[in-house]
Amino acid sequence: MSTVDAVDLGRRRFLTATATVVGGVGVAFVAVPFLKSWSPSERAQAAGAPVEADISKLEEGAMMTVEWRGKPVWLLKRTKKMLEDLSTLNGELSDPNSEVASQQPSYAQNAYRSINRETLVLVGICTHLGCAPTFRPDVAPADLGPQWKGGFFCPCHGSRFDLAGRVYKNVPAPTNMVVPSYRYLSESRVLIGVDPETA
Amino acid sequence: MKKMLIALALLALPGLTMASSGGSHLMTAPIDLHNKASLQKGAQLFVNYCMGCHSLEHQRYNRMARDIGLTDEQVKDNLIFTGAKVGDTMQNAMPKADAKKWFGVTPPDLTLIARSRGVNYLYTYLLTYYEDPSRPYGVNNAVFPNTGMPHVLWQLQGMQKPVYTVHKDAEGHENKTIEGFELVQPGSMSPPEYKEAITDLVNFLAYVGEPIQLERQQIGIWVVLFLVLAFVVFYLLKKEYWKDVH
Amino acid sequence: MANTQGTTGLLGWIDERFPLTKMMREHLTEYYAPKNFNFWYFFGSLALLVLVNQILTGIWLTMSYKPSAADAFGSVEYIMRDVDWGWLIRYMHSTGASAFFIVVYLHMFRALIYGSYKKPRELIWIFGVVIFLCLMAEAFMGYLLPWGQMSYWGAQVIINLFSAIPGIGPDLSVWIRGDYVVSDATLNRFFSLHVIAVPLVLVGLVVAHIIALHEVGSNNPDGVEIKKVKGPDGKPLDGIPFHPYYTVKDLVGVVVFLIFFSVVIFFMPEMGGYFLEHPNFDPADSMKTPAHIAPVWYFTPFYAMLRAVPSFAGTQIWGVIVMFAAILVLFFLPWLDRSPVKSIRYRGFLFKAGMVLFVVSFLILGYLGALPPDPLRTALAQTCTFIYFAFFAALPFLPMIEKTKPVPERVTEQ
Repeated sequence: MSTVDAVDLGRRRFLTATATVVGGVGVAFVAVPFLKSWSPSERAQAAGAPVEADISKLEEGAMMTVEWRGKPVWLLKRTKKMLEDLSTLNGELSDPNSEVASQQPSYAQNAYRSINRETLVLVGICTHLGCAPTFRPDVAPADLGPQWKGGFFCPCHGSRFDLAGRVYKNVPAPTNMVVPSYRYLSESRVLIGVDPETA
Repeated sequence: MKKMLIALALLALPGLTMASSGGSHLMTAPIDLHNKASLQKGAQLFVNYCMGCHSLEHQRYNRMARDIGLTDEQVKDNLIFTGAKVGDTMQNAMPKADAKKWFGVTPPDLTLIARSRGVNYLYTYLLTYYEDPSRPYGVNNAVFPNTGMPHVLWQLQGMQKPVYTVHKDAEGHENKTIEGFELVQPGSMSPPEYKEAITDLVNFLAYVGEPIQLERQQIGIWVVLFLVLAFVVFYLLKKEYWKDVH
Repeated sequence: MANTQGTTGLLGWIDERFPLTKMMREHLTEYYAPKNFNFWYFFGSLALLVLVNQILTGIWLTMSYKPSAADAFGSVEYIMRDVDWGWLIRYMHSTGASAFFIVVYLHMFRALIYGSYKKPRELIWIFGVVIFLCLMAEAFMGYLLPWGQMSYWGAQVIINLFSAIPGIGPDLSVWIRGDYVVSDATLNRFFSLHVIAVPLVLVGLVVAHIIALHEVGSNNPDGVEIKKVKGPDGKPLDGIPFHPYYTVKDLVGVVVFLIFFSVVIFFMPEMGGYFLEHPNFDPADSMKTPAHIAPVWYFTPFYAMLRAVPSFAGTQIWGVIVMFAAILVLFFLPWLDRSPVKSIRYRGFLFKAGMVLFVVSFLILGYLGALPPDPLRTALAQTCTFIYFAFFAALPFLPMIEKTKPVPERVTEQ
């Protein structure tokens, strides 16, 4: 072996550092396919493709459900009375102006949480622990009390939402129910899962 | 030691060449996976002439659209006849049990046919149908004798007859081999046009066999370049440390 | 001083509770390896790399693969097409299987020519042969999983070998399959064995292999025991610390290996039908046997031996016995070879010629095993099988016939 003073320690350190960086980059490159393989496959994406709903036969005050990405999506045609009642509730709600941006697309961040005033499109899952709330359009029923103006009631832990999916104060659910992205293909055909083309 | 290695390498060589020379009687399919127009024409031929009986059950329409340069709308309007969604796989509408009843055998799925048989086989197969009144469909095939598939493209190709050469073997038996073909009834395409159509179809099937193959090679170039760079760095590092030893 | 290793801080805290620094020293920084390792000494670390590759890609494939006769074939295509980057993970695994055998065959060849199985390394060798056996079992069962025609008929043929055993044979092969033919039940149990049982054993054996190696120390191309000549500091004069010297050297080997590996994965994943056989792109069909069933290339030498032995006395068991004997004989190698020297460098002409014949025969057998048999090929396979066994049979007598050259005291410089 040669003596230590013949060794160029600087060169050695530089090469070690370079090799470490190159090796690290290599490992990172290898990790990418493994991590990416966990994202939804083509099959899952095809199964989760946008779903079309025909609301031409939906009567005022009635609700229909379609399945999108394994979740129930509600389409509710609200009556004039229902829409009028919405604004009177603001004081009792935690987020009356839909300020939590994650809960609806920007084009549904309005008083009615919808593109067209009448038709509410909503993911039918409670924001507390993922139960499916029940649709309770009846006003002031015995079990929900005289203040109830119609809305959604979660049987699991008693969370309450109004007919725009906005959450009441002092219930377990922390946020408003989710409005999915959707667009109108025509007056009566809604495509759930994509934003409007002009959005 | 080195001598032994060279001797071993020499011994291995004939093995490799012999293994790759099998099936020399097949024609070479002049396919080009980079040729998007050819792939699109092949897809069109496939859905029009093959998909009545054969499916591509692992190939999705939208993946095909993306890879061969079409939009989902173009695929929906021109290539989907079964009412399938654009994200579905390319299944045919014929129930398998019925197919078995009609043809005696279920027409095989063709997703991987180019990988299991090879493109040259497919190319030769589709070009060497010939008239044979003794067969149920009146046709036979040079590379797949007594094939169970009718000549579905005969209106394009027309009908051809084999030209035989006759050899006598040592015992005086006559053996006929097919030397070539002559067209007895022209089809809607001229022979060169038909060859091109078959090239497109085989090209398409080659793509369907492994949709990732073009991208794979492109990624491969970068991977190997990176590794060559890494080699330089690690080799210098090794040299540096081994100064202590030598 | 916080502890016997002289470490402080977090490392010191750990070292008081776990022999981290001690193990690092024993196996890396103060493990003295002979300084004259050559090309052949890359393949041990490469085998370890391929093992890691197989385990990692295998875990990921298991996430999307479905071990049932109805879904297996489709799920592999699902991985190839629908799973993001699934094709790469699958090709890494399929190419890795072949790479494993290439690397392991070269690793075993190294042991043969330099006498690395000889005293005191008999156990390292025996662990190695068991690893090789496990690897064959692992590869065989893994090959069934894609559920293509070759998967199916290959398994059918090999499992039927067991039915040649007199008496219990037919029942035994039914028991292995769990059905009268290779079926869903067979696939499911092979899956279980392939993804968990055999890999567990394999990893355990690899650990034992390395512990045994580090206990006695590495052999080298001169077959000199470096521990015999130590300097005043008690370190072998011809030894250098494994880390950093062999870690940086092996890393170069790793990069070169990865270049070859990547070229196969990205440009020729089927390797002309040798790594992925063409008929395996047709789904398994119990009603239709492919025209020619050939095992994957790494089994062909043993398959050729199996076919080379004719059946007589009303049973075909002899071929099976010969095939298994070809592997079992490896266990006895340390005691069959009675030469006083280890390395081929100091052995006589007969040993060298015998080694060449042995390797050539093995390669020819590998070539023949991939082809359909004919009388000429069978005769050639019989000759090669004879040479294979003759090599081992001659080893005990070789020292009586030929003299060895003197072995130097110290390793030689290249």
